[in-house]
Amino acid sequence: MNKEFIKSSVNWGVNDQGYYGDFGGAYIPEMLYPNVEELRQKYLEIIYEPSFQDEFHRLLKDYVGRPSPLFPAERLSAKYGAKIYLKREDLNHTGAHKVNNTVGQILLAQRLGKKRIIAETGAGQHGVATATVCALVGLECVVYMGEVDIQRQAPNVARMKMMGATVIPATSGSKTLKDATNEAMRDWINNPVDTHYIIGSVVGPHPYPDMVARFQSIISEETKLQLKEKTGSEYPDIVMACVGGGSNAIGMFYHFLDDENVRLIAVEAAGKGVDSGESAATTALGKEGVLHGSRSILMQTDDGQVVEPYSISAGLDYPGIGPQHAHLFKAGRGEYVSATDDEAMEAGKLLAELEGIIPAIESAHALAHLEKMKFEGNETVVICLSGRGDKDLDNYMKHFNL
Amino acid sequence: MNRLNELFKNKKEPILSIYYTAGYPNLDSTLDIAEALEKGGADFIEIGFPYSDPVADGPVIQASSQHALDNGMTLSILFDQLKDLRKRVSIPILLMGYVNPVLQYGIENFCNKAADVGVDGVIVPDLPMYEYENLYKSCFLENNLSNIFLVTPQTSEERIRKIDELSSGFIYLLSSSSTTGKDLKVSNEADAYFKRIKDMNLKNPTMIGFGISDQKSFNKAAEYTRGAIVGSAFVKFLATDKALENVGQFLKGIRA
Repeated sequence: MNKEFIKSSVNWGVNDQGYYGDFGGAYIPEMLYPNVEELRQKYLEIIYEPSFQDEFHRLLKDYVGRPSPLFPAERLSAKYGAKIYLKREDLNHTGAHKVNNTVGQILLAQRLGKKRIIAETGAGQHGVATATVCALVGLECVVYMGEVDIQRQAPNVARMKMMGATVIPATSGSKTLKDATNEAMRDWINNPVDTHYIIGSVVGPHPYPDMVARFQSIISEETKLQLKEKTGSEYPDIVMACVGGGSNAIGMFYHFLDDENVRLIAVEAAGKGVDSGESAATTALGKEGVLHGSRSILMQTDDGQVVEPYSISAGLDYPGIGPQHAHLFKAGRGEYVSATDDEAMEAGKLLAELEGIIPAIESAHALAHLEKMKFEGNETVVICLSGRGDKDLDNYMKHFNL
Repeated sequence: MNRLNELFKNKKEPILSIYYTAGYPNLDSTLDIAEALEKGGADFIEIGFPYSDPVADGPVIQASSQHALDNGMTLSILFDQLKDLRKRVSIPILLMGYVNPVLQYGIENFCNKAADVGVDGVIVPDLPMYEYENLYKSCFLENNLSNIFLVTPQTSEERIRKIDELSSGFIYLLSSSSTTGKDLKVSNEADAYFKRIKDMNLKNPTMIGFGISDQKSFNKAAEYTRGAIVGSAFVKFLATDKALENVGQFLKGIRA
């Protein structure tokens, strides 16, 4: 057993009860308990196995194409007056960071003896990443996707189908990510023995937030090595990422959590403005509560009904946030800010023009925050470029009349 | 000892409980339905308070919950409606729903208010045992509220023993691991599961729910436990013409 593999944060990691401060836990009906408990008992044991680690790293290298480059964005740096590096998760196979987690979870599912994989997806990136690894190992794959999102993200639906996945429309509630997650949980309740649920973000009941964070922590693990090579120091001044549920942000923050000199900035989607009534800025608008199996911060009415969020980016319009983020926010370890649709779109266009990289609209939210920051001139800033913008061309075309 | 404990102590025949969603079909139908159920012969009632994301529920109760929310139902309004509960209904009443609305209302407020209006117990499927035991148990006990836990065919014996220890009303056996509104699967496996639980000689009585919709499934449940709970089938029935006048007939169709 190699317990040094993906070490948990000393100060900000999960405790034995599955909590990060006041947040986390496993608020699940009894029907989900046996599956979640099995996972809780075995996930660490499995990922500490040398054979698991070998296979995980081999697939990340040969299949995903890791390590992803850490790119010094010189023209962007000149514009803002800081040393800006982009962690290029957009160059991963399938086009986003999501695949880091699905590779880890599919290897875990195999070791648990599961025969069938289910997943939820919003924009379709996690659904594609799940369908991809299922095809790779030959497991049945069922992806739940909101009916509205199926219409908005047709190319990703086609990708999943091409790889043999079954895409089931979620027709309940608002027919988007939150409802796709509900449907996936219902599927798991009704298939209690042979099915593994690959949750795509650092949300859900314990141990999901910790497990997904560990698989995504490869982002900051590589960043440290690459920064050391490029600058002589493995510590940047600031790391930044966008946050929906928060998986790329946790991956970007993970190995910097215990170094309090590194500022952690998480950028939420403000939609049409935090106070516009059409927003997904969870920490600004939410209250503490329970959604999808964990205690966290979520957008809700006074009566505790979950409010439907809005963002131009389908990957960020989730009404909650991972419990570890809620803890980092409440404790003040992370700075949680937001960018509007328009700000993100402008930032996306700017990156395309200055660096020849078209970012996903999700990732563009992180870039948008640069406009609001003041730099002395020498700060090292790492931004997680979580995904590529190919899937968003329709939106960019409409927005800029391209 | 509350009304629920009295019922299980005194009743000899199989027990029939009915679930419905408060605020469905109309915002103010809550007490009319409860009254009709008592008249029609139900032994106790579970009143659901709606939630936007009911992950343990199938399509029928999802729809009634959404309908109730669209009608404007909230926990505050429900407690207002229940002020006259004990003037109109004498059988045991449980509240059933998801944990988030309860947390927003405040667990203590919720327990106090429930006891004030004459509620006997609570079923919150996504309230974990660990949190219940460490944070909320005292509040339930002080208010003489039974907290009802669920058990599925996959629940381990050790966990069932623990649930038995923490329960003070009855234990809610799910006919299978499923969301609400599926048909009871009559199989050797299900029989073996019901028998296994029966042979554990738990201190709490047991009831079977999920998938009970007719006489056949009710009788099957009563073979192994004290009775059964009907939810989706009754909620579906509420959408029929003159449902309130026919509640007695509906109940006779389940327990002859």
